[in-house]
Amino acid sequence: MIVTKQKNFQAILSAVGSGPVFIAGCNECAELCGTGGENQVLAMKKALEEKNIQVTGWIVLEPACHLQNDKRLLKSHENEIDRAKKILVLSCGNGAQTVAELATTKEIISGTDTLFLGEIVRANEFQRRCSLCGECLLDSFGGFCPLTLCPKSMLNGPCGGSSQGKCEISKELECVWDRIYQELKKRGNLLGLTVIQKPKDWSNACEMVRRI
Amino acid sequence: MNYQSNLEKFLSEGKFVITTEIGPPKGADASKIRDKAMLLKGSADAFNITDNQTAVVRLSSLAGSVILLQMGMEPIMQMTCRDRNRIGLQSDVLGAAALGVRNILVLTGDHQSFGNHPAAKGVFDVDSIQLLQIIKNMRDAGIFQSGDPLLAERPNVFLGAAANPYADPFEFQVERLQKKIDAGAEFIQTQSVYNTKKFVRWMDDVHSQGLDKKVHILAGVTPLKSVKMTERMKFHVPGTDVPDTVYERMKHASDPSKEGFLIALEIIDELKGLAGIRGIHITALFWEEIIPKLVNEAGFIPRIK
Repeated sequence: MIVTKQKNFQAILSAVGSGPVFIAGCNECAELCGTGGENQVLAMKKALEEKNIQVTGWIVLEPACHLQNDKRLLKSHENEIDRAKKILVLSCGNGAQTVAELATTKEIISGTDTLFLGEIVRANEFQRRCSLCGECLLDSFGGFCPLTLCPKSMLNGPCGGSSQGKCEISKELECVWDRIYQELKKRGNLLGLTVIQKPKDWSNACEMVRRI
Repeated sequence: MNYQSNLEKFLSEGKFVITTEIGPPKGADASKIRDKAMLLKGSADAFNITDNQTAVVRLSSLAGSVILLQMGMEPIMQMTCRDRNRIGLQSDVLGAAALGVRNILVLTGDHQSFGNHPAAKGVFDVDSIQLLQIIKNMRDAGIFQSGDPLLAERPNVFLGAAANPYADPFEFQVERLQKKIDAGAEFIQTQSVYNTKKFVRWMDDVHSQGLDKKVHILAGVTPLKSVKMTERMKFHVPGTDVPDTVYERMKHASDPSKEGFLIALEIIDELKGLAGIRGIHITALFWEEIIPKLVNEAGFIPRIK
């Protein structure tokens, strides 16, 4: 899932200015991490109105990154959008850009910061898992991605700074190399760690379009 | 026999080597390096020039190395993977070799969050093992990482790496040393030793796998200057192991800097007799003036001619 965090309300306020504004949320990732579902959209509407900013309308897109769905859903709110000067998008950075493609005469405000592609650990906790690098390396590492989970992206780790399984940069962070070592040991596959992993081919991460 | 550097020559001839470290200044004043170098001249056989250590911006290790060369001293240029991608790193290897640098120590590097630019983007395009292999291939096969051939001179450098006997998981550290050797490491400087017992255990494993025959190992020593520094090393510096006995001695010493000096002498004495130890790497960042005295009292003066 794409994990987002709502921007600080003061920052949103200063971007919205005097409005009027239309609010667009998203019913998938942003709803799951509590940044852009109906509840958050309505709460944002209320908060803006309390600051005397006119909210011309709102919608929860299905999902915001879907261009064709957005086209249809935004059309159904055409009049409300027409009355707005700005559109505040409560989705990931992708959703905001998809809306920007369609609402070409409106100022687009992204109300969230997009953090990572991650796991829903529990309803209120999300953890980074994937860097979208274009060439999955998990097979060599017991199913854990050092490129993403090691702050130094070491493919031939560990770096030597971890202590009792915790990363040197934060005691909150598990050393993924410690984990990889323990997992491969359990699976009797430690020999794999003696192979020198070659530098990654980043040309795979340059794809801009995929067609099927 | 053709050696890349004096360091390689001395180690290959079985001489016991001393290396030490010079941290470049946070400014453009070359005399800061020259002063430290003058202080250390004659106390070691080669001198590491650190590469923005602890992720704090300083005069570059390449420039620092060239300043040493101008003084007739032999630098070991440190290179980390934090600030340059494979294009920048390879370019600097060529530049350094062209300017006369003959020893390169390869490190992954401290994370940028520790330094004075925590907002920087860490590069980490390659890690230390990959960079070792890249430089080895440039030197021995005449190819860049991409496979593209070098067209002019190859970089004739002697390649080093770091090893940490105290890192977790302990049982993997010898394998990791093997990987560094496979990748191209010809000499190793270890993490500073305070816990000699654990170091000996690691060396036993290294020795039993014959790795000390494949790589020249220099044991790291850093004299403790104060109780505060001991506490920092014990509790805050990642990957170091200061045993309670050392901590207690420092805490109860009437003159902690004198005690730290004595402890360093004792550690050197124990390390120099270990099978497979080919030299000592002394670091005393911000206490460089103690190094000549330490080297002298450890019985390593005069240095190799």
